[in-house]
Amino acid sequence: MTATLQAIGTAVRLDGVRKTFGHGARAVTALDGIDLAVAPGEFVCLLGASGCGKTTVLNLIAGLDTPTSGEIELTTGRPAVMFQEAALMPWLTAARNVELPLRLAGVRKPARAERTRELLDLVRLGDVGNKRPHELSGGMRQRVALARALASALDGNRGKAASLLLMDEPFSALDAITRDVLQSELLRVWQATGTAVVFVTHDVREAVRLGQRVVLLSSKPGRVVQEWDVEGLTGPDELAAVDRINTRLREVISSHAA
Amino acid sequence: MRRETLPGANDAAGPEPTENGALPASGVDPAPGAKPTDAAAAVGAGLDALDTPPTGARTGRNLFRAIASPIIAMAIAIAVWQFLWSQAFWPEFQLPAPIAVWDQILKVVDSGEVWEFLWVSVHRAVIGFLVSVAVATPLGLLLAKVRVVRAAIGPLISGLQSLPSVAWVPAAVLWFGTTDAAIYTVVLLGAVPSIANGLVAGIDQIPPILPRVGKVLGAGRLDSARYILLPAALPGYLAGLKQGWAFSWRSLMAAELIATSPELGVGLGQYLHNGMSLSDMSMVLAGIILIFLVGVGIELAVFRPLERAVLRARGLNGAM
Repeated sequence: MTATLQAIGTAVRLDGVRKTFGHGARAVTALDGIDLAVAPGEFVCLLGASGCGKTTVLNLIAGLDTPTSGEIELTTGRPAVMFQEAALMPWLTAARNVELPLRLAGVRKPARAERTRELLDLVRLGDVGNKRPHELSGGMRQRVALARALASALDGNRGKAASLLLMDEPFSALDAITRDVLQSELLRVWQATGTAVVFVTHDVREAVRLGQRVVLLSSKPGRVVQEWDVEGLTGPDELAAVDRINTRLREVISSHAA
Repeated sequence: MRRETLPGANDAAGPEPTENGALPASGVDPAPGAKPTDAAAAVGAGLDALDTPPTGARTGRNLFRAIASPIIAMAIAIAVWQFLWSQAFWPEFQLPAPIAVWDQILKVVDSGEVWEFLWVSVHRAVIGFLVSVAVATPLGLLLAKVRVVRAAIGPLISGLQSLPSVAWVPAAVLWFGTTDAAIYTVVLLGAVPSIANGLVAGIDQIPPILPRVGKVLGAGRLDSARYILLPAALPGYLAGLKQGWAFSWRSLMAAELIATSPELGVGLGQYLHNGMSLSDMSMVLAGIILIFLVGVGIELAVFRPLERAVLRARGLNGAM
């Protein structure tokens, strides 16, 4: 796999990344030597129980925080981030929200309008562009957030580099049916755009369904415990994989009981 | 670290990224597996239809309630006043008849004097208010965003807000004499703190996720202020402006009432003062009513619709 990665390059590579919060005796190590490489266009799920520093990893890659030591090498443009909440600007319509990163990147108005329409169509929200966030359902809001993240990922760097989408449990606040629909929507959008995705979740089923690769992190401090290739698993294979990863996750969690 | 390939997993790498990360020309999904996606799309469309919050229309009953109830309340108040007057509990110079006050208002309207009073007072209040906004807005931004500034003068600004601005009138008169400068000083000291505090409150109440989103979307400091902080703080800022207007108007009346001089012209405050000097209660009440009408009128004509538009756009139309 390392050979393949070198052949096709990496979208992002983490090398011995450590993150400590606080100082002195009260310092807490959140991440302890994370090594991770994501290929361009690859879909990687980071899996772990709470306190494993999944969100910290995303914040570090997104540049919202800096590692205490170690290196993060990004070959993509500025990564786009999607949070657990849609975090849309409540005073802007759906279309304006999607347009915001394009505006910040200095894209001209006609191009902005066209791109916004394309992206809203891509998440199947073409006809609610002029609604405000409070007029949309939770699932629709999260799709607007997805379109906005795509606008930021695909156009924020003016298409010069490959893109990277960071997702921090984006569907965990949604009901089961909506989550199911959005998962398949995300896969469709991923296939249509070819962006690399780092998807953080605590849901094994979700990780196996979405990811090509599942990376399990331990908790307190966060380390990479194990990873699995899960691409294209269906039916009994998929269930077996979920089972297997679940067992391992439980082992990791139980080790904290002592 | 272990790594295993589970049975059934294919080794192929992810989909080829399209050039420049662009979408395929057609926009939507030519990818394989179209059938389950169509089904998912149908479910998704159904969910969208079911989950979208309903948008309620304003009913005629609401409109009736909004317009008719204050009118009825006012009619009752006038009826009680008329009754008390007819019973002659108090002498005429303490409680005139409603009709006497009405005649007094008609008199100044007929003679055209009322336009002078209104012009003198309202243009002062508006200028004072606009200068206050110009001073308070940068001040509020500094207070909200620079920690040292907030620690140093934050308590002072909050304290000033609760100091009745009429307390500044003697000082202003001693500093500037009975001039416009003295009046504007009082108005500014009344309005600036509440506008600045409103903006600070507005900025403090921004959910922290929004500036973070701005940052990951590529907003620098300036862009973040323009596209995120200021619009997000707008409801609090507007509330501050509304209160700032009320404070300007109040402070102005206090100043006009106390600092009277021929050079200042006759505003509503001086009119009220003249009524007191003449012991003419119907003139005093007419003055109070005019002051009230201007204050309420500007709030209803300017601030209420602004506030309503801003809150409604954000789905915060609870009380309105």
